[in-house]
Amino acid sequence: MSRAVPADAHGWTLVRPALLDSLRKLHPRGQVRNPVMFVVYVGAWFLLALVVRDLATGRASLAGFTAAIDLWLWLTCLFANLAEALAERQGKAQAASLRATRQEVRAKRLAAPRHDAAREEVAGADLRPGEIILIEAGDVIPSDGEAIEGVASVDESAVTGESAPVIREAGGDKSAVTAGTTVLSDWLVVRVTSEPGATFIDRMIHMVESTTRRKTPNEIALGILLVVLTLVFLVVTATLYAFSWYAVHTAAHSGQVIGLTVLVALLVCLIPTTIGGLLPAIGIAGIIRLMRHNVVATSGRAIEAAGDVDVLLLDKTGTITYGNRRASAFHPVGRTSPAELAEIAGLSSLADDTPEGKSIVELARKSVPSLASALPPGATLIPFTAETRMSGVDLDREHLRKGASDAIRAHVERSGGAWPEEMDGIIHKIAAAGCTPLVVARDARALGVVELRDVVKSGIRERFARFRTMGIQTVMVTGDNPLTAATIAAEAGVDDYLAEAKPETKLARIRAYQKDGYMVAMTGDGTNDAPALAQADVGLCMASGTQAAREAANMVDLDSNPTKLLEIVEIGKQLLITRGALTTFSVANDVAKYFAILPAAFVAVYPGLGVLNIMGLSSPAHAVLAAIIFNALVIPLLIPLALRGVRFRATSATRLLRRNLWIYGLGGLVFPFVGIKLIDLLLTLH
Amino acid sequence: MTTALFLLFSILALTFLLALPLGLYAARVFAGERVWTSPLLAPLERAVYRLAGVDPANEMDWKKYATSLLLFNFAGFLFLYLILRLQPLLPLDPLHLGAVPPGSAFNTAVSFVTNTNWQDYAGETTLGPLAQMLGLTVQNFLSAAVGVTLLLPLVRGFVRHETDRLGNYWVDLTRTVLYILLPLSLVFALVLVAQGVPDTLTALVRAHLVFPFHEGAHLVRHQAIALGPVASQEAIKILGNNGGGFFNVNSAHPFENPTALTNALETVAMLLLPATLLVAFARLARAPGTAVALVIATLLFFIPLALLSAHEELSPNPRIAVLSVAQHPSPRLAGGGNLVGVDDRIGAVGCALFATAATATSTGAANCAYDSMMPLAGGVNLFLMQLGEVVFGGIGTGLASLLAFAVFAVFLGGLMVGRTPEFLGKKIETFEMKMVSLSILVMPLVVLVGTAVAVLSPAGRASVGNPGPHGFSEILYALTSPGNNNGSAFGGLDAATRFYNILTGVAMLLGRYWVYLPLLAMAGSLARKRTVPVGAGTLPTHTLTFVVLLAGSILLIGALNFLPALVLGPGADQALLMTRAAHAALVRRAAP
Repeated sequence: MSRAVPADAHGWTLVRPALLDSLRKLHPRGQVRNPVMFVVYVGAWFLLALVVRDLATGRASLAGFTAAIDLWLWLTCLFANLAEALAERQGKAQAASLRATRQEVRAKRLAAPRHDAAREEVAGADLRPGEIILIEAGDVIPSDGEAIEGVASVDESAVTGESAPVIREAGGDKSAVTAGTTVLSDWLVVRVTSEPGATFIDRMIHMVESTTRRKTPNEIALGILLVVLTLVFLVVTATLYAFSWYAVHTAAHSGQVIGLTVLVALLVCLIPTTIGGLLPAIGIAGIIRLMRHNVVATSGRAIEAAGDVDVLLLDKTGTITYGNRRASAFHPVGRTSPAELAEIAGLSSLADDTPEGKSIVELARKSVPSLASALPPGATLIPFTAETRMSGVDLDREHLRKGASDAIRAHVERSGGAWPEEMDGIIHKIAAAGCTPLVVARDARALGVVELRDVVKSGIRERFARFRTMGIQTVMVTGDNPLTAATIAAEAGVDDYLAEAKPETKLARIRAYQKDGYMVAMTGDGTNDAPALAQADVGLCMASGTQAAREAANMVDLDSNPTKLLEIVEIGKQLLITRGALTTFSVANDVAKYFAILPAAFVAVYPGLGVLNIMGLSSPAHAVLAAIIFNALVIPLLIPLALRGVRFRATSATRLLRRNLWIYGLGGLVFPFVGIKLIDLLLTLH
Repeated sequence: MTTALFLLFSILALTFLLALPLGLYAARVFAGERVWTSPLLAPLERAVYRLAGVDPANEMDWKKYATSLLLFNFAGFLFLYLILRLQPLLPLDPLHLGAVPPGSAFNTAVSFVTNTNWQDYAGETTLGPLAQMLGLTVQNFLSAAVGVTLLLPLVRGFVRHETDRLGNYWVDLTRTVLYILLPLSLVFALVLVAQGVPDTLTALVRAHLVFPFHEGAHLVRHQAIALGPVASQEAIKILGNNGGGFFNVNSAHPFENPTALTNALETVAMLLLPATLLVAFARLARAPGTAVALVIATLLFFIPLALLSAHEELSPNPRIAVLSVAQHPSPRLAGGGNLVGVDDRIGAVGCALFATAATATSTGAANCAYDSMMPLAGGVNLFLMQLGEVVFGGIGTGLASLLAFAVFAVFLGGLMVGRTPEFLGKKIETFEMKMVSLSILVMPLVVLVGTAVAVLSPAGRASVGNPGPHGFSEILYALTSPGNNNGSAFGGLDAATRFYNILTGVAMLLGRYWVYLPLLAMAGSLARKRTVPVGAGTLPTHTLTFVVLLAGSILLIGALNFLPALVLGPGADQALLMTRAAHAALVRRAAP
């Protein structure tokens, strides 16, 4: 989590360049992209023209008032630009730290997919997909790719911030290598998988830098709403001129028709400038917040979708439990002595480098201290495969195996042995306790069971409970048998589980949920997860995952931490909530602004309307000015909120709505009354 | 004020007491099920389909449905226009009232087809029994049923999923008229007749004057009293939220609304069908909780506004008060308060509550001179209409508008709970927001731009009957009422000019079709979506929080647009009244 963001990225040092940016953004081409702010922008130019006209015709006092309003209109534009610029600057700071890893590297291109093939030096940027390169100790990996030969330890801290080196090897689920990372030892032959400039890091840089982001559907819907509101208020203020004209010339025969300056000020106050000005910043900030969690989303849409998720499909291992099961007991069967079982289990695991294997050896040593520390010469290692679902060692005369009970049973019966009757009982008991039974066999004899215990992560249960109150179901996916799965599911507090899951069952389950109208998120890393990752509404792939899985997912977690999905959901929700809360606040503000400007505009025509001046503002000119100043100042006041996001609490929708209605609805109603009155008081000070 | 409270809550209680069984009945009618009236009406229904060549099993998509609706309305418009223009050539015109002028005929035809019933003419001196019965009464039934056909596809859009079928237009129309409007009107007409409302083909009776008088050289001995098929038209006028009176003075006329009882019953009848549809909605959408929330939101506006209107009408007019004229509430003064333009049998409270019901629903009937109400009471009328037919509203259209606002509220609320908004199990996305925005925000545009055009043009100002801000209120009212298909008139404004005929005619058309066709399109899009299951993360729409959100959205998005206009109309009117009264009091005190 130590993403290399400059320490000052969130502080004041970004403000100065962002201020310059916001001046630059005053170019009409930039302003026109935001319809609400464009109205303010046009209004500012219009008032500027009025000032010039009034000065030219010698009406200096009128020009002074208009100039003051105009100044604040320009500031309103600048503040909105500043919000966007600050968000972009934060993104750029992050991109810059990424780009530092992207310096020009040389690559060793191979003529054939063998590490000893003829090699030539080329620029890393020239590599095309499908080309084969050799990377040796000390080299920076020039492009994304897939290891096809060799095994190496790789320092991926440039991308993930994680300093411990990771193993990358050909075949299996750890074959993907990422551009910008460094090989520490050994070598890899890698097939390039990405186009030049489209590597993983390039995509990340592009995501945070690009200002021409595609708008998300939700943003578009909100945008329509804001544009329509703006249009209506345009008509409200335009027709108000006619109404005022009638009031002065036909109805009251006194006072003055509302001035254009006041009309423009009223328009700018009424249209939703607060949310309109902050909307782009909110979107960018959402992506940046993900980046801070070391997650790269391929689109902003994916983040929003994360907020909508109803079902989380979580792999048991790594997400719900600590990755490794540990051996906790030996259960010999029949004539087998505990020592024999321990010894054989230990022997068969000696060459097993997995944490499980190591834990078996460790436990075996406790009961058989004399256990050899290395396999005798001539022993053949039988690796675990998905088909056989067992592993072991072939000694001179003996075949030692350990594995899932049904696999070992098949193996024993195939070898002519008998399956001890009491075995099933033991297995059942272990599984019922939420542990994993691993059966050990010596040739055709089943010796007994090693009990592997899963350890549920601390705090995960509370987390799932929070999700439940938010209306999100958690489903544990595991290859374990239903009994084991049920026990762990109960211990972890998930809503449902999928036992003996194969990639197809995962996919089928996702489809079933989606058919019922649910939105599904899942994590995965293996190639066989790819279809499910693609099918899920939110697919989070581990950075350590295969290239296929990365392509299929719409988010990649650089820390390879499956628990991250939970944070992503919260970020997605927070993004929507920030938009909704600020929209509500913005619209609710209008009431106070009406009460400031309407009496100011009409008290000369109908003095009785002075009763509407409930804030007791000092003069009509001050009232209008105070409203427009408030309208402008509220934008920079809310920039931190827009960038940080509204505080999110995992709770039910009703509670959340009630809370946000109180804060942003009622607050939006009341706050401007206070703010405008305060500004009016300040204005009267001199 | 006790009377007002008692009357208001009795009216509401009776309304919902009747609406409950009626709503459950209506839900079955709309679902095409058999009901207890079927043995009598089903053969009639089948005959109508056979005659019209309609296959009732053939359901339509939203475009076909909308096209049928528009074609039907256009045909109705032509038919009515021709009847009005050709009145001298048609039978049953005993008084030889002549052809209705083209501007007025256009305006009236649009008005009755759109369920507005804005009238620029005086009924008894313009239309004979044929035009009243075949022209207006027929449209009173049909335009009310058309309102229902605007709602039903929308409800089906929420309920159905992954389909483009929204029902058969002709079936919805026929069943609404046959099973709901006709029987109800029949019963109500009989009640009215029992209370003394005439229903006859006789157009006039002559009464001998007790005191003959001279007008110029002419001695007037007789009074001609206009009669006609009043009760039958009055029943559907009120029940169907039409509001177009048989007589010029509408429900203030003793033959339309003879007693205090009919006054109360007519107030109930105005609210009855909109309330019935809320109940039917609960059943059809299987969302009783949401329906209750909608009812509460409705009453949250209706009750305070009705009480405000009654309070204003009961308060002594300060300018009369300084003249030491008694205005206190007492039976001798017919309840007291502001009795300008109010008949004794109705009283200030009866006027205020009737006016509130008439402008909350799209009825627009009047039992007193709305022009003479106190500024803020008149302002309540304006405000209720400007809310956009959401407080009860028109039959069908009211609930449709309320649902549009609910979609809007859910969008904001959904964002605030961090989830793509859903309403009644349907995701609210870009297209829905477009259509809802169109529907909600077109009405303010029509009313505001129309009013601006009227106040800026000499023809618009020439019709104004009163000086000062009250004149502005009259113009604002003359656009607000047609723009919301209400049809009530403030009076004081001469609307029978070519200028207002065209302006209000256009406002009625836009207010009807521009507002509801987008909702039909939204229904089409909603029906195609799959239904999202409800979970703890879904924003619930049956809670008090949602009611607050909905009411807030209606106020902030719907009503805020009218604040400047309301301030310059009733607001300034009231302010002027207070300053002048204070001034007069000061002068009197200064005098020895």
